[in-house]
Amino acid sequence: MVLSLSRSLGHNKSHRLFLPLCFNLCSIQLCISKITDQMSRRYDSRTTIFSPEGRLYQVEYAMEAIGNAGSAIGILSKDGVVLVGEKKVTSKLLQTSTSTEKMYKIDDHVACAVAGIMSDANILINTARVQAQRYTLSYQEPMPVEQLVQSLCDTKQGYTQFGGLRPFGVSFLFAGWDKNYGFQLYMSDPSGNYGGWKAAAVGANNQAAQSMLKQDYKEDISREEAVQLALKVLSKTMDSTSLTSDKLELAEVFLSSSGKVKYQVCTPDALSKMLVKYGVTQPPAET
Amino acid sequence: MECVFGMVGKGFALVVADTSAVNSILVHKSNEDKIMILDSHKLMGASGEAGDRAQFTEYVQKNVSLYQFRNGIPLTTKAAANFMRGELATALRKNPYMVNIVLAGYDKETGPSLYFIDYIATLHKVDKAAFGYGSYFSLAMMDRHYHPDMTVEEAIKLAEQCIEEIRSRLVVAPQNFVIKIVDKDGAREHSWRRTTKD
Repeated sequence: MVLSLSRSLGHNKSHRLFLPLCFNLCSIQLCISKITDQMSRRYDSRTTIFSPEGRLYQVEYAMEAIGNAGSAIGILSKDGVVLVGEKKVTSKLLQTSTSTEKMYKIDDHVACAVAGIMSDANILINTARVQAQRYTLSYQEPMPVEQLVQSLCDTKQGYTQFGGLRPFGVSFLFAGWDKNYGFQLYMSDPSGNYGGWKAAAVGANNQAAQSMLKQDYKEDISREEAVQLALKVLSKTMDSTSLTSDKLELAEVFLSSSGKVKYQVCTPDALSKMLVKYGVTQPPAET
Repeated sequence: MECVFGMVGKGFALVVADTSAVNSILVHKSNEDKIMILDSHKLMGASGEAGDRAQFTEYVQKNVSLYQFRNGIPLTTKAAANFMRGELATALRKNPYMVNIVLAGYDKETGPSLYFIDYIATLHKVDKAAFGYGSYFSLAMMDRHYHPDMTVEEAIKLAEQCIEEIRSRLVVAPQNFVIKIVDKDGAREHSWRRTTKD
């Protein structure tokens, strides 16, 4: 299983940089040819250099890009993890049964919500899926959630340190279950940093959502309460005036009665009913 | 003439191996420890080409340690067994390791387990296993006297019977044997059965 990328760049003053970048089983090989021109004074045009203040501008700009994208919220409860996402592309013509914009299943026991550039997200989701299967091929066991997140973040970090390629403009919320730590929620960003969270928000207005979650999150929250809280917080931070089920995606990771991990995306009808039930939207008026 | 065998008892697993290091007709030493302790709760008895045995067992042991350092949790016995099988399978069609392994481990959730892994990457989870010419005798002995949930004393007695059988019936029988055990308290050496001092 090899994921390979190659790209050649030309700068007006530099030599042509030919940078093949290949990933194989746990090793990254890289060739760079020497640049002989003077360094450009704008530190942000190269991903792989620090600014004088010690910042990585490209990484920060990537996070800016995500700040304009549809938000996603994840909440960890004692019997499951809830992920809610705001859909930016809403159209009656969209095939909702076959396409999802925000929620993706990585493995039987891990799913993720996405905020940012969708095409970048697809690459990373595929990478995560390959990594999860590669682990199961070696060990015949599901990959522990933190290891999967860490592995993906190591990939993302590579794009901030070498290769000259821009970072991925995606933030993830990973939700999963494993036998070591039970239900877990992780947030990762373009820098390749990740953290385990009880409740987290990414995308547009994530600061506001995060502070709202901080106020209302309780330690022993149940999955149903978590859904309610997530919908409430999302409705308050979303720009649109009215919230309908076609603007949202809701997914839950929980254990079924037989003890297996289940990843379930809510159907639009069930979602509409829930929105009414929790007082997030008004019931549809007859016109 | 290398003999390795193992069995699962009640809450423990046992691996027995001979301790001879032989090169054609010369015995280099009779106290070669062929049962490597992989981590706190795993044991691996290996037989086969001496260089491959050392190389492969050390490689596995270092990878098992690396996993634990990286991830903060140990591998389960099943995961370690499958990892080993994968390594043997990958090398098989290029540069095979001529090593046969009996892997014994104890996991908190699933208890003791024993895996039979041969040099062409066969993997079986079993209750009793044996490799080498000695297997003809030890497997027969175990088939006759083994029953599930044996106590440590019963299992040691059965191991001694197997060793006796190997000593009396195998034409160039190894002199000494080592017995190692793994249970909830960890993997450790249990005892030796010597006929010669080295």
